[in-house]
Amino acid sequence: MPSRIKSGPLVVYGLLVLLAASMLFPFYWMAITSLKGKADVFSTEPKLIPGRQLAERVVDDPRWFFHSGTDNYSQLLAWQRLVESGSGPRGFSRFVLNTVFFALAITLGQVITSSLAAFAFARLRFPGRKQIFFAYLATLMIPATVTMIPSYILLRELGWVNTYQAVILPSVFTAYGTFMLRQFFLTIPREIEDAARIDGCSPLGLYWRIALPLSTPALAALSIVAFVGSWRTFMWPLIVSSTEDLFNLPLGLTLFRGMYTDPDWPLLMAGSMVMTLPLILVFIAGQRYFVEGIRLGAVKG
Amino acid sequence: MRSRALGIAALFLLPNLLGFLAFTLFPVVASFALSFCRWDPVAEPVSAIEPVGLRNYVDLVGFHSRTDSGGQTSWVANTPRFWESLYNTVFMMLAIPFNMAASLLLAVLLNRKMRGMAIFRSAFFLPSITAGVGTMLLWMWMFNKDMGSINQVLAWVGIQGPDWLQSYFWAKPALMLMASWAGIGGVNMILYLAGLQQIPRELHEAAALDGAGRWQQLRHVTVPMLLPVTFFIFIISIISGLEGGFDAPYVMTGGSFGTTTVSLYLYRQGFEFFRMGYASAVAWVLFLIVFLLTMINWRLAEKRVEY
Repeated sequence: MPSRIKSGPLVVYGLLVLLAASMLFPFYWMAITSLKGKADVFSTEPKLIPGRQLAERVVDDPRWFFHSGTDNYSQLLAWQRLVESGSGPRGFSRFVLNTVFFALAITLGQVITSSLAAFAFARLRFPGRKQIFFAYLATLMIPATVTMIPSYILLRELGWVNTYQAVILPSVFTAYGTFMLRQFFLTIPREIEDAARIDGCSPLGLYWRIALPLSTPALAALSIVAFVGSWRTFMWPLIVSSTEDLFNLPLGLTLFRGMYTDPDWPLLMAGSMVMTLPLILVFIAGQRYFVEGIRLGAVKG
Repeated sequence: MRSRALGIAALFLLPNLLGFLAFTLFPVVASFALSFCRWDPVAEPVSAIEPVGLRNYVDLVGFHSRTDSGGQTSWVANTPRFWESLYNTVFMMLAIPFNMAASLLLAVLLNRKMRGMAIFRSAFFLPSITAGVGTMLLWMWMFNKDMGSINQVLAWVGIQGPDWLQSYFWAKPALMLMASWAGIGGVNMILYLAGLQQIPRELHEAAALDGAGRWQQLRHVTVPMLLPVTFFIFIISIISGLEGGFDAPYVMTGGSFGTTTVSLYLYRQGFEFFRMGYASAVAWVLFLIVFLLTMINWRLAEKRVEY
């Protein structure tokens, strides 16, 4: 059946294109809306291609894009309502900076603490190693809903509610990261380690000069998963932060949504773009590590 | 020598272990204890935590005690809010089999040596990376009754779309649709893809020689070979389905129109009504359900995944 052999790939491509288009359409809709004025959204004439009017406008007058098209974004950045923040940037730019800071601090903290612990579990001999590791494994199943209330109480007793460390600290210590890196460290051949040890390398030297450099794919995978996770984190910051100067983008965006009974969708979509676009860029830059992270993480099952 | 080894190990372990003790182990124990207590974190200091026995659990199941003027204590049924939230959660989990089938379908489509597969894989994966408050606001906008893209598309084919997020009938399906968008091309699809690539080519060739068509091969070779990964995905989906589902209803519906999930209910009880003990009891019941389901699943998996 030669006809079938020829049409096969075409049908598959057609299906894939259709599916990809429907998965990506929401992003297109978000981008297009974020460039519109509030009034444009409410024009009820049917639009077969929602972006056509915009495209026509840009073609008519390319400078329009930089004047009106980016209105929502400049309006966002100019938005200031913070009264509580004593110093530093205010308003929307504060949310952006907080998000960047949280994500970097949590990622760095996770990589440092879990790689150190993973090295101990994989490469050092000490009494109680098995038992402690088992305790780590056992807690992988425990949901955040169980731990969040006592964690909140603990931070409250320390007087840390509504501080940066309250948002960051509980997310820094991850059993998952420790487990994943341990699995990876176990694959490093012992011979390399023995040779280094004979040359007089200390455990810290083994960790720093051998284990870490040989594990860059796993470290990159953990970093990216941690970064993406902490960039989008919502529930925990909601619990521990009470003033706007501590809000990250997810919290800040809900503030915007709540500000209007009749939401300014283009403005909200511009805000959503600011939150979403960096995630898309991180994904494009590090997508092979994502797949690696899933592969390593799935072993835990 | 032994103490030196311990010292060095402690150096490596302590940063993580201290955090583990403070934010995992202590909370688990404390949460269990707290579920048998009563405490209002706003009005009272920690020292006012007061044991109440099983009262939180009885309350959760649906009763509270009342002492009448004669000093007689009786049990009165209360509104079964916990069960409502569990019903909502389980209802939205009905999408799991469909999502899994969709993930498998995407993986099967991607699992061939043709140009551009990496681009399609990225396109399918992208929603799961970006899912968060930003995309939730986006879907609120897409679900908008008059101007949203979904109802615009429906209008082309002559259907007047509902007010998705403001309707008891449609709010759950709307959240499920968004979750499917964010989920089907994500981790599960990648796991299926990895599973497919591990199936020996000979099996398909042998089946083809025996005269099996595409569909029969999928049904009789691919699906059985993928059973272990399917079980894994199913268990993970059930766990995350029961425990998750906080952000979307909190942001998009505020829990109205039958969208209060167990985790949203728990959050409200703990951090809005300040019933820390009761919220802990909810967390433990949820954990128990998850634990039992996981055990049952593993048992079933052990029995069925042998061939």
